[in-house]
Formats: sequence, C-alpha cells, structure tokens
Amino acid sequence: MQNNSNATITDRAQTEPAFVRRALVTIALIFLALFLLLPLAAVFSQAFEKGLVVYLEALKEPDTLSSIKLTLITAAVTVPLNLFFGVTAAWAIAKFTFPGKNLLITLIDLPFSVSPVISGLIYVLIFGLQGWIGPWLQDHDIRIVFAVPGIILATIFVTFPFVARELIPLMEAQGKEEEEAALVLGATGLQTFFRVTLPNIKWGIIYGVILCNARAMGEFGAVSVVSGHIRGMTNTVPLHVEILYNEYNYTAAFAVASLLAFLALITLMIKTFAEWKVRQQLENN
Amino acid sequence: MKLFKRHNNVLPGFGVTLGFTVFYLSVIVLIPLSALVFRTMGLTWGEFITTVTAPRVLASYKVTFGAALIAASINAVFGVLVAWVLVRYKFPGRRIVDALVDLPFALPTAVAGITLATIYSSNGWVGRYLEPLGIKVAFTPLGITLAMTFIGLPFVVRTVQPVIEEIEVELEEAAVCLGASRWQTLYRVIFPVLLPSILTGFALSFARGVGEYGSIIFIAGNMPMVSEITPLLIITKLEQFDYRGATAIACVMLLTSFLMLLVVNLLQKWSRRYAE
Repeated sequence: MQNNSNATITDRAQTEPAFVRRALVTIALIFLALFLLLPLAAVFSQAFEKGLVVYLEALKEPDTLSSIKLTLITAAVTVPLNLFFGVTAAWAIAKFTFPGKNLLITLIDLPFSVSPVISGLIYVLIFGLQGWIGPWLQDHDIRIVFAVPGIILATIFVTFPFVARELIPLMEAQGKEEEEAALVLGATGLQTFFRVTLPNIKWGIIYGVILCNARAMGEFGAVSVVSGHIRGMTNTVPLHVEILYNEYNYTAAFAVASLLAFLALITLMIKTFAEWKVRQQLENN
Repeated sequence: MKLFKRHNNVLPGFGVTLGFTVFYLSVIVLIPLSALVFRTMGLTWGEFITTVTAPRVLASYKVTFGAALIAASINAVFGVLVAWVLVRYKFPGRRIVDALVDLPFALPTAVAGITLATIYSSNGWVGRYLEPLGIKVAFTPLGITLAMTFIGLPFVVRTVQPVIEEIEVELEEAAVCLGASRWQTLYRVIFPVLLPSILTGFALSFARGVGEYGSIIFIAGNMPMVSEITPLLIITKLEQFDYRGATAIACVMLLTSFLMLLVVNLLQKWSRRYAE
C-alpha cells in the first residue's frame, strides 16, 4: 500500500495526462517527419525516379567517378591527420593540468564557429595569387588554392575539432589511475598508451572519426571557395552534385547525392552504436 | 598539493603532445585566421566602413540574421518539445527517431540544399500544396529560414536532452507534495532548470544559421537586396576578384562568430552554476 501510494506520487509528479502525452508525441513526430524524414525520402525518390538503369548510368559517368576518387583521397588524408591531432591534444589536455587549458579547448573548437565560406577564404588569402605567399608559389609553379592541396587544407580546417572534442571529456572522465598503475608496473609510455589508454578510448575514437569522415566527404562551402570547379580535376562529390543540379540534370544530381545520403545514414548508425558503447564503458568504470 | 604535483608528473609525453597540439593548431587554424584579420587591417577605417555598410551588404545582413533568428526560435520551441518527448515518453520507434535527430549534422549541406529546394519548389512534394495558398517558399527569404531551421534542428535537442535526463525525480515530487499543479511544476520548477540549455541551443543554432552556405543557396534564389545571404556575398565578391570587399565582410562575420562563441561560453558557465 505504502509503495503503491509512492508510485502514484512519482507518476503524478513525472507525467502529464495521457491525451497531453499523445498530443505532444504526435506534434513532435509530425515536425520531425516534415523536416527530417521527408527530405531523406525525397533524395532517394528523385534519384530512382527514372529507374535503376538511369541511376547506375549517372554514377558510372567519368566525371562522377573522378569526383568520388577526389573525395576519397581528401578524406584519406584529412581523417588520419585530425585523428592523430585529436589523440595528442586529448592526452595533453585531459591527463595534465596547465595554465591556459580552457583557452586551448576554446581555440580547438573555433573551426566549428567559423562560417564554411570563411574557412575557405582564409586559405585563398594566404595561397591565392593576391595572397601572402601566392606570388612565390607561382614562381615555383606550385598550386595550392584552386587545386587539390587547397581542398584538403580547407577540409582539415572544417573537420579539425571532431576527434579532439570527443576524446577530451571522455579521457577526463576516465582519469589517469590506470595509466599510472601501468607505469608503476614498469610499462613504457607508448606501451601504456597502446595497451591501457587506447582500449578505453576506442569507441570514442570511432565516434570522432566517423563524424570527421562524414564532414570531410560532405563539406561544401569551404571546398567550394578553394576548388576552382574544374570538372574531373578539382570537383569533390558535393561540388559535382551542385554542377549537375545547376545543369538541370536532376536525376543525376540526386543519384550522386544519394551516395552522400547513404553515407549519412551509415554514419548515424555507427555513431549511435559508438555512443551507446562509450556510455556503457563509462558506467562500468 | 606537493603530492598532487608529483602525481602529475608520472605520466609521460606532456611536452611532446602539448607542443604538437599548439603547432598543428597554429598552422591549420590560428595563422590562417589571423591572415583574414591582417588583410582587413590593410584597409583604411573609412574603406572598411563603406564596404561593410554598403546597401547590398546591409540587406544581406538583414536577410541572414533575420532568418537565422526566426529559425533559431522555431528550433528553440520544437527542439525542447522533441527533447522532452524523447526523454520522458515511450513510443514505438523512439530510438530510431532519437538517432535521426542528428541527420542535419550527417547529411552534406549540398544534398540538403537541393532536396529542400526540390520539395518546396512550386511542383514539389510540399510546395504544390503551399502554392495555391499563396505561400511561396523556394527562392524567397522563407526558404532561407526553412533551410536554417533544418540545419539548426539538432542543436537545441542535443543541448536540452541531457539536462532533462538529469532532472531528479525528487524535484518534481516535492513540487507535487507542496501542492503544485503539473503546469505549475513545469513552469516554475522544470523550465528554470532548462532555460540555460535552451538559450545555449538557441545561440548555437543561430550561429550555425548565420554562417551556413551550402543548404541555403539552392533554395534562396539569391536575389541581391532580397534573398542574398552574407556568405554568398563574400563568394560573389571573391569571384569578381574584389578581395578587399570579401575580406572586410568576412571579418565582420568572423567577429560575429567570436561574439556568439563568447555568449555560448557564458551561457554554459551559467548552466553549470545552476547544476551545482
């Protein structure tokens, strides 16, 4: 009886009447369906509008293939660099105390607050013909902006914080007792990192890498500024989507876009799983 | 204190990792960003002011900031609702819905852009029903607001959600025992706890909207003075080789982002104080 009345208080304290609950859930779901589900469905519906053959035809086009290749190269350079940076930064910030730590964290997050257009512009201002070292680069016949290196640089900039910002709070929460124990038992620094720290932050790394990769392959604004839009040369997949769309080649544009939408869905799946694993690991500690 | 210090020194690699962090940060982020500031300083004050307050530029601020403000407000209302429903109520498919909330983060902006433009154009899935009602979305400032709402959607949900999860049952029980109605509990007890996170989410969503480019340009129509956003104006200036103009406007945008970053940091400090 006692328990029973307690339960009622909690219930009364924590929930709304059934009809309010149902109404709120319905409104929320309609909002999300309109804003999230509908666009997602539209991508695939437009892509397959003229059938599978036309869809595959659009993907097999040489310019599409070369844009896919460039996007893969960009991600292959960007992600490992930012992963290495993220792990190093998280080690320094989470395992040690030093003055200016909060400032450093804010600066690492900075690229997320900068407009993508500005992220591209800053490299044009340095490496472009009217830029700081542009004339020197031209004398030596080195192209950075409006070429592949510029695309990679801009992509590194916009995906800069992903791994670090995921690992810093995670490693802070895990403390450093385990590493200290390993060192006291005679492990070297690197052994400690690979055998003790790495297994603990594995899912955090996967989370950061998967988001970093999604943004690296999907970045549009920053890359658009530094690309130069040369077909088959400096077009990434998102830029190729833009070109096809502006040429009124909608089916092809959406076919290529559907590849990126697939990537987004896979990213969300892995991300959700990694999130769950990280949570589980933190609860076990 | 001394023990703590010695404790600190047991782990190796501090110098190397911090050194590399600062180096990489400088090369990729700080030096390039400072290039923008230095290039702007090459302009005289008069030139700078004339450039950033030209009528076409002012119109673009109005469109950009206005639309971002409306979009962030929409997200503040619906974001809280979605976060509340996801944490407090059980319904089929809740986990999938929860994962789907991050779609605007994961979906490349160009894809979102062409998709929204297609859905809301006059013969699109939604546009064809709005057109007879006299509502034009695609190629108007309304379309810009819509795209900004889409890309800002996860921010409010993801900042408010953990705060709702952490509200102690006792808080609400106490309110009920003291005779509060459910509405009073929500308004007087829950809402003040959520407010800092709602404002943080609002600020993040607003900041993202202001800087956004990819998802907007396809649906905006990009008419100077009417539906031209500031980031696009920067690109237009750049394509006309007007580097000075582009740099000056970009500098204004950068200062705005710094200001927003400061606001968000202060808000987060405020919310943490609440938690303790």
